[in-house]
Parts: sequence; C-alpha cells; structure tokens
Amino acid sequence: MANVIRATSAGEIGAWDMFTYRVSKWVRSPTPYLMLVGFMLFFGAWFLLSEVFRFWRFASLPGPRQVLIEWFNPNPVYGMSLYTPDYYVHVWSSLRRVLYAFVISTGLGVPFGLFLGWSKTFREFTFPVFETLRPIPVLAWVPLAIVMFRGEETPVIFLTTLASFYATALNTMLGVQSIDEAYPRAAACLGASKWQIFRHIIIPGALPFIFTGLQISVGVAWFSLVAAEMVSGEYGLGYLINTSYVNVQYPVILIGMISVGIVGYASSALVRLAGDYLMQWRVRELALGAGR
Amino acid sequence: MNARGDMATKGAIRIQNVDKMYYAREGAVQAVSDCSLDIRAGEICMIVGPSGCGKTTLLNAIAGFHDITGGAIYLDGEMLCGPDRPKADPGPDRVVVFQNGALFPWKTNLENVAFGPVVQGRLTKAQANEKARGMMADAGLVGVEHNYPGEVSSGMRRRVEIVRALMNDPKVLLLDEPFRALDSLTKSVMHEALLEIYYKNKVTIFFITHDLEEAIFLGHRVAIMTTRPCKPKKILDVDIPHPRDYSVLTSPRFRSLMEETVNAVHEEAVKAFEAGEKEM
Repeated sequence: MANVIRATSAGEIGAWDMFTYRVSKWVRSPTPYLMLVGFMLFFGAWFLLSEVFRFWRFASLPGPRQVLIEWFNPNPVYGMSLYTPDYYVHVWSSLRRVLYAFVISTGLGVPFGLFLGWSKTFREFTFPVFETLRPIPVLAWVPLAIVMFRGEETPVIFLTTLASFYATALNTMLGVQSIDEAYPRAAACLGASKWQIFRHIIIPGALPFIFTGLQISVGVAWFSLVAAEMVSGEYGLGYLINTSYVNVQYPVILIGMISVGIVGYASSALVRLAGDYLMQWRVRELALGAGR
Repeated sequence: MNARGDMATKGAIRIQNVDKMYYAREGAVQAVSDCSLDIRAGEICMIVGPSGCGKTTLLNAIAGFHDITGGAIYLDGEMLCGPDRPKADPGPDRVVVFQNGALFPWKTNLENVAFGPVVQGRLTKAQANEKARGMMADAGLVGVEHNYPGEVSSGMRRRVEIVRALMNDPKVLLLDEPFRALDSLTKSVMHEALLEIYYKNKVTIFFITHDLEEAIFLGHRVAIMTTRPCKPKKILDVDIPHPRDYSVLTSPRFRSLMEETVNAVHEEAVKAFEAGEKEM
C-alpha cells in the first residue's frame, strides 16, 4: 500500500487523491461491513426487545419500526417527521448553536491552551482557577447563565461553549507539553526566535492533541447543548425531546435522540477530516505504518 | 569550500575548568567537574565515555541548552558561557544533531533543511529552497525533498538532519550519538557519508558516541571521559591520515588504537556500572 502512495510522488499528492484512496481502501476493508453488522445488531436487539417480545420495561419504549414509520411519515401522528418544516427548525437551531459554541470555544480554547502549555507563569496563575471551574457541571451553570445573559440564544450558547472550551484548552495544553524537547531546541539552534518557535514548532507540534481535543469538544458541545435546551430555549432538539416527554409523544423523543446522534456523528467526522487535511504529515506516516 | 587537507580557521572550542552541578531527587549531582578540553578548528573530536557520565551535559552547555556552574567555554576566543553568563545563547554557529533525531515531522525534508536561513532572515524562502535542494543533492538526497521525515528511512533522516545543520554554515557541529539507533550496515554508510560531507565543509565536529570503532574511524582525536563527574581521562591522537575509508578498520594501527581505547573505557564503564549510573 505504501508503495502506491510513494510511487505517484508523495509531494504532489493532493488532499482529494488521499481522500479517494482512503475511501477505496476503506470499502475494500472489513470496516464498513462490520459497522453495518454492529448497527443491525443494535437495532435488531432494540426491535426484538421493545416490539416483538415486549420484554420487561422495554415494553414502554417505542420500537425502531414505530419510530421509523413516524419519522418518515408525511402525515405524522405527533406532528413531527422529515416532512414537517418544524423538524428542520429544531435541527437547524441546535446545529447553529453548536456551530457558534464550537467556533467560540475553539477560538478561545486553542490560544488559551497554547499559552497554558507554553508559559509556566501563565499556567501557574490561571490553571488552578481553570481546574476549579472545570468540574462544575454545565447544569449547575444554568441559573447563572439565565441571569447573566439576555434573550433565549445567548444563555444556551454560553452553556454549550463551556464544556467544549475546557476540553479544547486542556488537550491543547497537553499537546504543547507532549512536544519532544528536542524540537524547540533544534529550532533555537537553527536561529529561530521565541516567537518563531511558537509558530513553527509549538502550534504544529500540538496539532494532533488539539484535534483530539476538538473531537471531544464537538461531542461535549452536543451533550451540553441538549442539556441546556431542555431547560431554556424554545427550539432545538433538546427542547423537542423535553417537550415530547411532557406531551407524552414518546416516538418523537426517539426521533430527537437519533437526530442528535446522527448530526453529532457527522460533526465529529468533519472535525476529523479537517484534522487530516491540516496534518498531511501524520496521515502519510500512518498510511505508511498501516501498509508496512 | 576548503580544499581537502586544509584546516578550517573557525570553530575552535576551548572548554576551561567547566563544572556543572544540578539538583536531582537524590540531591546535588556533580555531572561535570573541572573539565578542560581544547578542540581545534576543523577537528573531529570524538567524546567517549560510559552512559550517564555527563557527556551530553557538556554538549548542552556548548549548545546553550543548559547553564554551567563553573569555568568557561569559548568559541574562537569569544566566551559562550562563563562566570558572568552561565548559559550560552543557542545559535546557528553551533548546531546540534540530536540522538533521536529532531527533524520537524510536520515539515517536509526540504522545508526542514531550508528552515534555518529562513527564520534567521538570511535568505528568502525561494533562495533557501534552492540552496537546500543543492545541498541535499550533494549529500545524495534526491527525490525525497517533498517527503515528510516520517516517510524516509532512518539513515536518510540522519543525513537530512546533518544537511539541515550545515545549511547554516555553522562553526561547530554538535553530534549527540546521532547514529545510535541505526543498524551497523546503515551506520557504516552514514560514517562515510559524514566524512564526505566533512571533507567538503571542514567544520569542527564535536561527536559523542559509545561506539569505539566509530570514534576511532571518524575522529582526529578521541577524548575518553571519566564516569561522573565527567572530565577527560585520556586523549588519544588517531594518527591515521584523513581521508579515510572503511579499509582502515582492518589495519594494524587501527587495531592497536582500538585496544588502547577499550582498556581505558572499560575501566570507566565498570566504575559507572558499580556506581549504578542511569542511562541518560
């Protein structure tokens, strides 16, 4: 496999070639089929437990068939399906909030984490405060968020940003600390200034950890978004789940949950793709490693 | 640059009564004590000694990564570090090639080689790339310019790293067991490659190693260091004329030098082992 890449002169390989190469390799590997089997087992078990055997407490759980029928129903019983515009308003509201929160938490968290890792002084006076705030759960911030921020949107975005920010900042800091001491030393030897070392060594060196952080960050963004929407806000998937519970529309709860799952999965996949695009050196190293 | 046999006029290192003490968990450790060594300009000086004897501490002091607690180090008569300034500033006149390699994995080989002159502002990126291409070609590194270091063999990476150092026209090359991780065949190829590069550039080389054969094969002189605290125990003149090639290894003179070194080093290695020195 490695030779295939090398032979076409690795220097000229674009991101797109790399992408198609990986997709074709993926399709030929057992990975996608195992994934399918995994999903089938999961949904099969759910189906059998809730709809066929009506086993124990699963009897009160809407089954996958029931949920799918409702989800794809042009005239949904509970008024929420792929055919109702309201559904998209909910999805879009959540998506937009996560996007804002992700941009804010990345914009603040990456520089903050870089400085935490880079400057001992900065770390010594900010990290203890950071570590004290970090364990406070998002839900504990809800009252303050509502008091502090006006309107419907800002408190939810604030709450969504919080946990993402911690994940990004912490991973970025670890990323800086994980950089082999030899790299900044080598750069200093070659005449790089402190700032040049920061730009050419610290930032790219921390990038693998930063992207790990960003993946956790999108994940927890969805997590805290849904929590925040359940308490405040008038649209969004979290709000949908909560009101469906209040209105005893159980299949809609599942529609909301599965939608969060799908959109959440897609957003982490996007972050992973962006990471691969920015870290070609790593992708190629890993591709070689796998081919050897 | 210089013709073969010419001695360079720059890059003389004078290490004068250097002390280095640091504090570890087990208390104060005297890593280097009253160490004096004169390295001539354009000389390949091999530093040999048991693990953890403080050789790397000495290299770090010259490079400017650590301070020293006593004595002074001069480069061409100018004080790098001494009584008033315990730590030298790292700079492109003394470039280190690291034990485990320190090519930046996120830059291509060419970008790595061109890095020095660009960050120093001496050359534009285009000029640096051109010079880098030329120097890489001289060192037999054609066709890997756009590969990342992780994509080429370890021997090749070492060569790229040495070329990256030479791009800055350093006065001194500080090598810290650069070939340690290579297999012996690759190592022998690297030795000849290094000598070839040396004959073209005539830069002073401060080379730390454990490998006695390597030390005698490459060096004009071999400094055998005592176990901690580190100071020269014996300095061996390798009177085999340069340029050398691998046929030297089987010559009687090489054998007798080898014997002399082995005896001196073994004594220190036993001492180090008994003292329970850690690999550093």
